[in-house]
Parts: sequence; C-alpha cells; structure tokens
Amino acid sequence: MPQVVIAAEPASGEPSSRLRRDSHSTLWTKGFVAKLVLLAMADALGLYGVIAAWAVRSWPILAVLIPALLAVNIVYFSRRLTPAKYLVPGLVFLLVYQVFVILYTGYAAFTNYGDGHNSTKADAVEAILAQSAIRVEGSPALDLAVLRDGDDYFFLVPDGAGGALIGSDGEALKAAPGARLEAGRPVGLDGYDTLSLGDIIAQTAVITAMAVPCSDDPNDGVLKTPDGAVAYAYIPTLLYDEAAGQLTSQADGAVYADSGEGNFISPDGTVLQPGWKTPIGFRNFTSIITEPSLRGPFLGVLAWTFVYAIGTVVLAFAVGLSLALVLNHPSVKFRRLLRSLLILPYAFPAFLSAMVWQGMLNPQFGFVNQVLLGGRWVDWLGEAWLARATVLVVNVWMAFPYMFLICTGAIQSLPAEVEEAARVDGAGWLRTFWNIKLPLLLVSTAPLLISSFSMNFNNFNSIYLLTGGGPLAQPTDKAGATDILISFVYRLAFGGVNRQYGLACAISMLIFIIVAGISALGFKRTKVLEEMN
Amino acid sequence: MAVAAPSALAPAVPPPVRPAAGSALAVLGRAGRASWRYAVALAALVFALFPILFVVSASFNPLGTLTSSNSLFSRVSIGNYGDLLTDPTHPYGHWFANSMFIGAVTAVGTVFLGACAAYAFSRFRFRGRRGGLLTLILLQMFPQTLAYVAIFLLLTTLKNVFPILGLDSQVGLVMVYLGGALGVNTFLMYGFFNTVPQSLDESAKIDGASHGQIFFTIILRLVAPILAVVALLSFIGTLNDFVIASVVLTTPDKQTLAVGLYQYISQSFSERWGVFASGAVLAALPVVAIFMGLQKYIVSGLTAGSVKG
Repeated sequence: MPQVVIAAEPASGEPSSRLRRDSHSTLWTKGFVAKLVLLAMADALGLYGVIAAWAVRSWPILAVLIPALLAVNIVYFSRRLTPAKYLVPGLVFLLVYQVFVILYTGYAAFTNYGDGHNSTKADAVEAILAQSAIRVEGSPALDLAVLRDGDDYFFLVPDGAGGALIGSDGEALKAAPGARLEAGRPVGLDGYDTLSLGDIIAQTAVITAMAVPCSDDPNDGVLKTPDGAVAYAYIPTLLYDEAAGQLTSQADGAVYADSGEGNFISPDGTVLQPGWKTPIGFRNFTSIITEPSLRGPFLGVLAWTFVYAIGTVVLAFAVGLSLALVLNHPSVKFRRLLRSLLILPYAFPAFLSAMVWQGMLNPQFGFVNQVLLGGRWVDWLGEAWLARATVLVVNVWMAFPYMFLICTGAIQSLPAEVEEAARVDGAGWLRTFWNIKLPLLLVSTAPLLISSFSMNFNNFNSIYLLTGGGPLAQPTDKAGATDILISFVYRLAFGGVNRQYGLACAISMLIFIIVAGISALGFKRTKVLEEMN
Repeated sequence: MAVAAPSALAPAVPPPVRPAAGSALAVLGRAGRASWRYAVALAALVFALFPILFVVSASFNPLGTLTSSNSLFSRVSIGNYGDLLTDPTHPYGHWFANSMFIGAVTAVGTVFLGACAAYAFSRFRFRGRRGGLLTLILLQMFPQTLAYVAIFLLLTTLKNVFPILGLDSQVGLVMVYLGGALGVNTFLMYGFFNTVPQSLDESAKIDGASHGQIFFTIILRLVAPILAVVALLSFIGTLNDFVIASVVLTTPDKQTLAVGLYQYISQSFSERWGVFASGAVLAALPVVAIFMGLQKYIVSGLTAGSVKG
C-alpha cells in the first residue's frame, strides 16, 4: 500500500486530459490509467503480503491485510465513495502506525510487561526449570561438538545408537541425520560450522550458559557443558505440573503456585524468576500513587512538566510579543533583515541547538563560564534548580522566534479603527495595549499557544539532548531534576536495569489524557471547532 | 507582511514636527528617536545569534577542542570538516544522506496524504466528517514518541512479512512517520483549503472537470503556500526526531543525523567539539537554507493558521 502514496506523486502532478463522465469512450484517460497502474501495484504488493504472511503463519497481519486490500479496491473501483478515495491513503498509515500503536500502548499499560515479565508463561516455566537444574548423579559425560550457524550455537551429541542429536538453547534435541562421527565422537554436520578449541575458548561465556532441552517436556531436563567438550544431563529440581499450573520442589516439596500476577510464588513468599507477561488491571496506574518510591518522583515530574510547558509558552510569547511590538514600527529600518536574523534559532534544527547549548554551558570548558564569567565554575546543568532554569531559558531561545512571527502577523492584522477609537477616548499606550490589543492578540493566537503548550509538554529533545533528564540526586533515583513526563517514561522503559514497559505505557496514556483534555478545553473556549461546519 | 500598519504604535510615539524630509538632520532625528528600538534589536540579535556564531566558529577552529572554541574566529581552517567526513567509526556522510532521504520522502508523503484528506474534509459532505476531523485532532495529541515500545514490536512483526518495512529499515521508518501525516497537518491544511472559494470548483465542474482534476490542477496550485509550510514542518520534524529513529535504526550506516551526532557528543564531548560543530553546521545548512528560502510562505502559512481573515 505504501507504494500508492509515493508513486502517486509524479502521476498526480500532471494535468490529465479532459474527462467527460457521461461518455464511455473517454474513460481511458491518463488519470484513469494512472489509477489502474497504482491500484495494480498496491494489489500486487498486498497479494505478496498475503502470501508471505501465510508462509510465516503471521495471522494478525493476514487479518489486517485482507480486509484492507478489499476495502482499497472497493473504494477506488466504486463510482461513489468519492471522499473515501481521498481519505484512504492517509487512513491506512494512520490506522497502522498511529491507531494501532496507541491501542497497543493502552493494552500494555494494563500488563506487567517489562524486565522479568517479557514473554509467555511457557517460556518462563522453561527458563525456571533450566535454572533450577542440577547435574544428575553419575550421569555419563557425553562427547560434544559445538556447532555454529550464523549467530546461533548448537550442541551435537551421540544418541547412543550410532547416530547423533542436535539441539540449541530453547530448541529441544532432535535426530541429526547425516552427522559425522569419529569413533563415536560427533564431529560435524552439513550446513553448520564446527567450532575449534580456539573458537570455544573465545565464546566460553556463551557456550557454558547454554541449556539444551532434552525433550519438549521441560521436566526432562537439559544438557549443559562446563567446557565445550563434554555435556552432562541436568535434571530440574522443580517439577512442573501443567494441569495444576504450579511448580513443586523435588528437594523440599515446596509448591510454587501461579500468583495471578505473572509469577510463581511459594506460600512463604519466595518468587521465582523470571515471570511472564500478564494483565494486571489498573495496578500500573494505582502504583503511581500508592507506591511511595514512585509517587514522589512522579508528582515532582508532573508538576515540573506543567511549569516547563507553561513557562516556555508564556516566556517565549512575552519575548516574541515584545520584540514584535518594538521592532514592528516604521521608524525601525531593516525590519525584514532583522526578522530574517531573529528567526534563525527557529530555523536551526532543535536537536542541534540542544547539543550546542550543552557545549556552551559546559562548566569546565564552556563559553559561558570561561569567557562570560571569566573562568568561574557554575554548573548550569548539574544543580537541580539551576538546571531547571537553564533548560527553560534554552527552550525559550528555541521557541521565541515562532512567537515573534505569529505576533508580528497578528499585530498587523489588528483592525486600526479599534486602536484609533481607544486613542480618541483618551486611552494611553499602556492601556490601549493591555485592555485592547493584548486581548485581541490572545484571541487570534490562542489556538497556536495551545498547540505550542502541548508540543512543549512532550518536548523530549530539548530535555533529553540537553540534560538527559538529570541531574539525579542519587544514581538510583527514578527521575532527574529536569525530567518531564515523556523523558521520565523513556527512563522507565529504557534507562537503568529494571525496565518497566507496562508502567511506561501507563504513564504514556496519562500524558495522552492530560494533553488531550487540556487541548479540548482550550479549543472549546477558543471556539476553533465551530469553524468545522 | 513586512510593512507594519503605520498606526500600530502611534500613541507611544506621537508624530513630532518633521524637519525637512531627506535632510541629514531628518535621518539622524528619526534614528535618534528609534535608537532604543535598535538597542532592543541588538540585544535580541545577540541572544538569538550567539549560539549559532559559536558553533560556526568552533567548526572552523583547527584546535578542535571545546576550550579552544571560546576564542571566536581566532583561527580558521577546514580541518574539522575533513576529519568529519573521513572518520570511519562515525559515517557522517551516510547519516547526512539518510536524514535528507528520510526527511524528503516523509515531507512529500505527508503533504500528499494531508492534502488529500484536507480536500475530502473541505469539499465533500459525508457522514462522520465532523467526527473524523475531531478524531484526527485527538489522535495527534498522542505523539508517536510515546509509543516507541509498540512501534518496536510492530516493526519486529512486520519484518517477518515485509522485510523492507521492518526494523532497521529506513523505508520502515518513513512509514512510521507517515502514520502521523494526518492529524495536525490535515487540520492546518483544512483551514487553508476552506479559504479557496467553492465557486472555483463549481465552475470547473460545469466545464466537465472531474474531482481529481479539480484537486490536482486547481486546488493544489492555489494552496501551494500551505503545502510548502507543511512540507517544511514535516521535514524539520523528521530531522529532529531522536527517539523513534534510534529505536528503529540500529546499523550505524543507516542511522540519522540526530542519532549519530548524539553518539558523537555523548562519547567524546569536549575533545572532538570542533568535529561535532562542523557536523552540526553541515546538518543545519540545508534546513536553514530551505527555511529562509520559503520564509514568505512559512510566515503567511503560520499566521493563516491563526489569524484568519
């Protein structure tokens, strides 16, 4: 489907010959042919996708692709549905890459998805059993060859009947027909490279960590090797009872039952790792408030996010409006040049601005300390409150030219009569500005200010690329001093050792609700939506 | 646009008795009265331009460290640019080409998808039209940046069926960006499309033009300014994206400027400042050039979105 969009550009640009809708003979116009070609391409791609999805058993993709393909064909071959012809290309992308990801994020927000909970229950059982395995007393040492195919490693062991078995991490042993054995020792198999002693030593860590299941039943144990030359059978000390869905310790008979929260837990509270991904209801949302280690950082970040977004908009608007008022005057020459120069920070890519400011504010070598302050040490981005003030100033630097531009435009479109009337009534400059001009300007710029607020509410780059969300008071802190919600989410999901995707998704949904709510209120008050009819 | 309404600030500066127009005295007199305005302009210029001058100067400084960059334009050489383009561990040339490619394709795609949708919303009356517009506004409140976990999983799954749309593919990344093509752009364009009188469409229709012809040959030309604005905003937005690009693209040769330069700065910050600066200047150059070239459109487009009339 994507091809439709890209390929449509050249074809759509050229004017096609006049099309008379009433006559059949003129149906084959350039436009119609272009449409046919594009649709054929889309269909070909779609069909390819259907076949490929079928081949890899990717049912979700198939379930989306077939209806989509049908819908596209119906829309473009129908004589009606004209608006749909213009909406479908964008909608396809919107549904897949925006709506779907929002829905998925919403779903993940209600799960415990994250480190220790990132796969299915079956995977968790297998991993727990493999971890608990101990070497079987007196079990024979199996001669082992370690094979490699690409990045994957395999164990090749004799099956005791003159043949060999092959298996890998998470892939149970199975017969390896055609394996080469020398005096009962397996040495190789077509399609795989046999590792030399040197290779094995280089990859010791990977190879000794491997646990090759003996069969598809995880209770049968695994093969492990201490040195890459011989393998021993390891039997789990825990027994998995699939019917009851619980693990029993062979040693002391302790029962680890499914806690319902994606873990096996014993009556005395011992939790087995790893767990698995499972829905946990509103736990992520409530933990933000009920867990003290999370509540403090979250509320701090929430408050700072509002201060940051509102502060940026208000300050940038104040600076932009002042400049527009001062410079937008007939007595100022080179207004056009001035404006071009003043909008340079806006034209300069924001991700670069953040990095450049980071360099200028470097406490040891940066320009601000070295030159402007004569070598004094001020850790602009290293102390909590100073860092907050600094990121605000830097963000105002990035945002004020936009406000300057829209204020210039808004001032120029103010009706002159209103102002003259005020002057005739004897109002001074300040009064005219405060009581008449500013309200009028606010009315006309309000929708843009709201958009600017919601943009800055989620202005990840200007925080992350400048301070990384820091400084952190303690290295283990959940949030840094300048972290706004979106960088806090990033920290939860990608920073540190304990990644909590579920929690991150829950906060993402909260951000969505906050921004959407505030924008809805704002737009309602500014009546922008009334223009829609 | 550049000419201010003469009365804009009249109460603040009452018209004085004018000396003979054209005389040197007149010029001086006017300059004197406006001098505080020039002082403000100067302060604003210093604030606005200093960081940019700093990075340009650093990029030409042969010593190349952050400390040495503090003496602006003391020595000039293009050595940093040479180092930048020949550094084998940081393939800057690739990053630059990737960013331009991804940005340009996304911009063109966004304009096309957005314009089509805006045309439908502006010119046709259909069931769900108002609801559709509202939904678009709502959906764009959810920045894709928030959904990188879901995007990562989606692209992992897609890779099995359409490898070109999967992880570590630039085309795949462009598709993700195009998912955000509707939304704010459509609404911005919708407002602008509405300012093109319907009577134009109707007369074309009477002449026998199809809706496709009206769209491609009449409307699109009349709304060119907003198309330029949306293309530019989309290009800049794409170029600035850090999170999604860093999640999707993993091979160094495939990465974008934002991801690549961030690695630069987080790895060897103060010693390689000059090389970073030259990379930043080269990266900013095309964006600033396009921005300045299309300034007229951007200003009119931005204000048309707000001060309609």
